[in-house]
Amino acid sequence: MNVSKEKKGLIVAGSITGIISVVLVLLGNPANMGFCIACFYRDIAGALSLHSVAVVQYARPEIIGLLLGSLLISIRRKEFRPRGGSSPVIRFVISFFVMIGALVFLGCPFRMLLRLSGGDLNALVALAGFIAGIIAGSLLLNRGFTLGRSHTQSTLEGGAISGVFLALLVILLFIPSLLKFSASGPGSMRAPIIVSLSAGLIVGILAQRNRFCMAGGIRDLFLFRDSTLLLGSIMVLVAAFIMNLVTGNFHLGFTGQSVAHTDWLWNFLGMALVGYGSVLLGGCPLRQTILAGEGNSDSAMSVLGMVAGAAFAHNFGLASSAQGTTVGGRTATILGFVVITAIALVIIHAQKKEAVYGN
Amino acid sequence: MEIDARGLSCPQPIIETRKAIFDKVTSFSVLVDNIAAKENVTRFAKTQHYDVVDTTTEYGWKLDLEKR
Repeated sequence: MNVSKEKKGLIVAGSITGIISVVLVLLGNPANMGFCIACFYRDIAGALSLHSVAVVQYARPEIIGLLLGSLLISIRRKEFRPRGGSSPVIRFVISFFVMIGALVFLGCPFRMLLRLSGGDLNALVALAGFIAGIIAGSLLLNRGFTLGRSHTQSTLEGGAISGVFLALLVILLFIPSLLKFSASGPGSMRAPIIVSLSAGLIVGILAQRNRFCMAGGIRDLFLFRDSTLLLGSIMVLVAAFIMNLVTGNFHLGFTGQSVAHTDWLWNFLGMALVGYGSVLLGGCPLRQTILAGEGNSDSAMSVLGMVAGAAFAHNFGLASSAQGTTVGGRTATILGFVVITAIALVIIHAQKKEAVYGN
Repeated sequence: MEIDARGLSCPQPIIETRKAIFDKVTSFSVLVDNIAAKENVTRFAKTQHYDVVDTTTEYGWKLDLEKR
């Protein structure tokens, strides 16, 4: 069989990422949460006192590693390209709602795969929602949705977000008293800093090299009948599944799952909102983080939007818990669909007008 | 014919390329400015039986697509 270099890279990177994800759990992270981009931004927001829910506060070194890993490898490979200016505020708003959707489900697309690999069937319902959201977003892309062109920016602008996360790392290592640390709950469950940071760096490098994207895989399959990118996600799932099986961490079922609830409708809709928003942004929360490291300041805005979304989600009781969803969370999810759809329709309408009168 | 896909985020460069391919344009160029767009457009063009030659330019790459 002729397997392209890109596919080989994705198979290797996906497998390593899946294995690392389970190792992080074995060393202390919450179950099925070796990586969760949404949960970890939420924990970081908590560590910085942007919200005050005591059980989810920790400056997760995995995220810092992902961003800096992407920065380092992109500089080395001469792929660090400061770019930005493609509707930064709209990106902030969409990312805000992507985070709300993720916290209603309790996980980003990455964690959805890890939950599935651990036997959590609620994640299967969420996957169906995620696919539905991606298809809806893809149809809008086909109809001309665009957030406009980005332009070259200064190195300072492109590197600013990396500077912020480097500062967070310095504070975590040398002045931790400035930060909040959960004493109980998911935020208190953590692998040693050096392990988490190294894991983030390795996965950050792999994800940058292989253009890993949990939303892009399904999108490419739907839009272009191309399964290349999807291969990465599948390998994460398979590798983590085998690791979970070997280490006795595979528990098949809907109930009794770690940091999860069984409200199927909102698992579906929460992740549908994540898929919908991610496709319009051009990538899932992981991909946004990697692009931010590469100097894309639009993706840096997405990162900030997700942090803000997480803070709001916990300050206003929108995030779900093991007990289930909240009225606020359900309302915010619907609001997210309404806001993102309204933005998309306005943009598509304006594009059509331009096509008629612009030439 | 030339498609300027510079500054467009994924997957718009591929969508623009696909439009030209569906319109049965047999020879055209796509300008891209990021590595992911370059790889994605190249991969897609090959699945549609187009040969791709890339030239590095000041802003990124010029991809010349030619129907096989």
